[in-house]
Amino acid sequence: MNPSAALKQTPLNSVHRRMGAKMVDFGGWDMPVQYTSILEEHHAVRTSVGLFDVSHMGEIEIRGPEALSLVEYVSTNAAAKLREGQIQYSALLYDHGAIVDDILVHKVSPLEFFICVNAANQDKDFEHIRSLNRWKAEVELVSNRYAQLALQGPKAINTLQKLTPADLNSLRYYWFVDGEVAGIPARIARTGYTGEDGFELYVPPDRAESLWNALLDAGSEFGIKPCGLGARNTLRLEAKMALYGHEIHASTYPFEAGLGWIVKMEKGDFVGRAALQKALEQGIKRQLVGFEMRGRGIARDGYEVYVDGRPAGWVTSGGPSPTLGKNIGLCYLPTALSTIGRTIHIMIRNQPVEAVTVPTPFYKRAK
Amino acid sequence: MYPENYRYTKEHEWVLVEGDRGTIGITFHAQKELGDIVYVDLPKVGTVVEQGKALGSVESVKAVSDIYAPVSGEILEVNTALADAPEKLNEDPHGEAWLVKIRLSHPDEVKDLLSAADYQSYVGS
Repeated sequence: MNPSAALKQTPLNSVHRRMGAKMVDFGGWDMPVQYTSILEEHHAVRTSVGLFDVSHMGEIEIRGPEALSLVEYVSTNAAAKLREGQIQYSALLYDHGAIVDDILVHKVSPLEFFICVNAANQDKDFEHIRSLNRWKAEVELVSNRYAQLALQGPKAINTLQKLTPADLNSLRYYWFVDGEVAGIPARIARTGYTGEDGFELYVPPDRAESLWNALLDAGSEFGIKPCGLGARNTLRLEAKMALYGHEIHASTYPFEAGLGWIVKMEKGDFVGRAALQKALEQGIKRQLVGFEMRGRGIARDGYEVYVDGRPAGWVTSGGPSPTLGKNIGLCYLPTALSTIGRTIHIMIRNQPVEAVTVPTPFYKRAK
Repeated sequence: MYPENYRYTKEHEWVLVEGDRGTIGITFHAQKELGDIVYVDLPKVGTVVEQGKALGSVESVKAVSDIYAPVSGEILEVNTALADAPEKLNEDPHGEAWLVKIRLSHPDEVKDLLSAADYQSYVGS
């Protein structure tokens, strides 16, 4: 019996269950939150290698001679600067300048872009892009054609290289190559959501299980661990990578979330540009800031933040940092209060608990 | 798995009653569902708690869970060792990682609680 038949499943669902993963409803998907322990899985990625099923992520393809025009118009980063095989972190914006989704744009060829989007946003993103297609670009939601596995950690390259003829050493961060892994056709991207080196592999869904098994076998000499979304979240928080619905959503400007670097105002017109221009002229009113708890307690999403005894903002993500052994978080504060080293208070079950704003990312890997 | 002499709640706490004294903790099932426990918030000695009301909370990496008092009474002692070693709740939830000791104000409340066998069948393992 499947207790969550109403939830969407990745092609690896039965594998996760067989391996004893704890499954949760993640935005309508039945996903593994952990296999044995979030802490162990987190440390495996920081020190060696971990494997994640992220097949819930969506994929959209934009094709045709006018593909670039459409991509440039709907996204904030300079897609025109991408070279074939290169990847760019970018965002889709509403007309009012806030964020529809954060995305990864892969340039497959001058005639084809492959966009990886958040699971829960994929239908919305697809409709959004399609509604703005005043060119003759082909826009297709192709999530059903891809399973996605993320192999992350300092030993990811050693693990993956055993299974592929592609020269991974020469594949730079935020580049991809179409090749084979364990004999399975795969798009091999050097990207990730953990703050470590690693790869995201896009493969046909019916080959996902063989790839999963092959990667676990290849990584066993490094102590590879299958990892759930719990570790994915603690890892991305330490690296200060934004999570849609938390740091960014339909009422945040990229500049507030520290994502000004993916907005190329000078590149020409794009959706949301006029609103951003106006927001910049008026001044950005709030900023995403990192903090560490000083008092005892763990900040969680949605908790209120007080400065000088007055409510000033809210926590977007918070929790323990397994790498640092501290309790950390991200919060929005008015720009004037967003300086580093400021004492703030997080309201935890109606008690103000002291914290201090700190530089981010909380964790940065040694190069 | 579940000691015979403890009594259990459907919210996954246990209490060991000896005379008018009780020792309270969370169950093996609770810690397993929570995953790695990283923080415990317990009341001060002298606090009066009421059956079914929150007496504190435990936090895993992912989430916060309230701990409900299985019986009413006054907190006599708090397991302060857990502040620095919350992971003990994963390792020995029915023993070393007890949470609080309490003086029962309404000892008859114990009959509202589940036996080990009933709790075991409730959690289905």
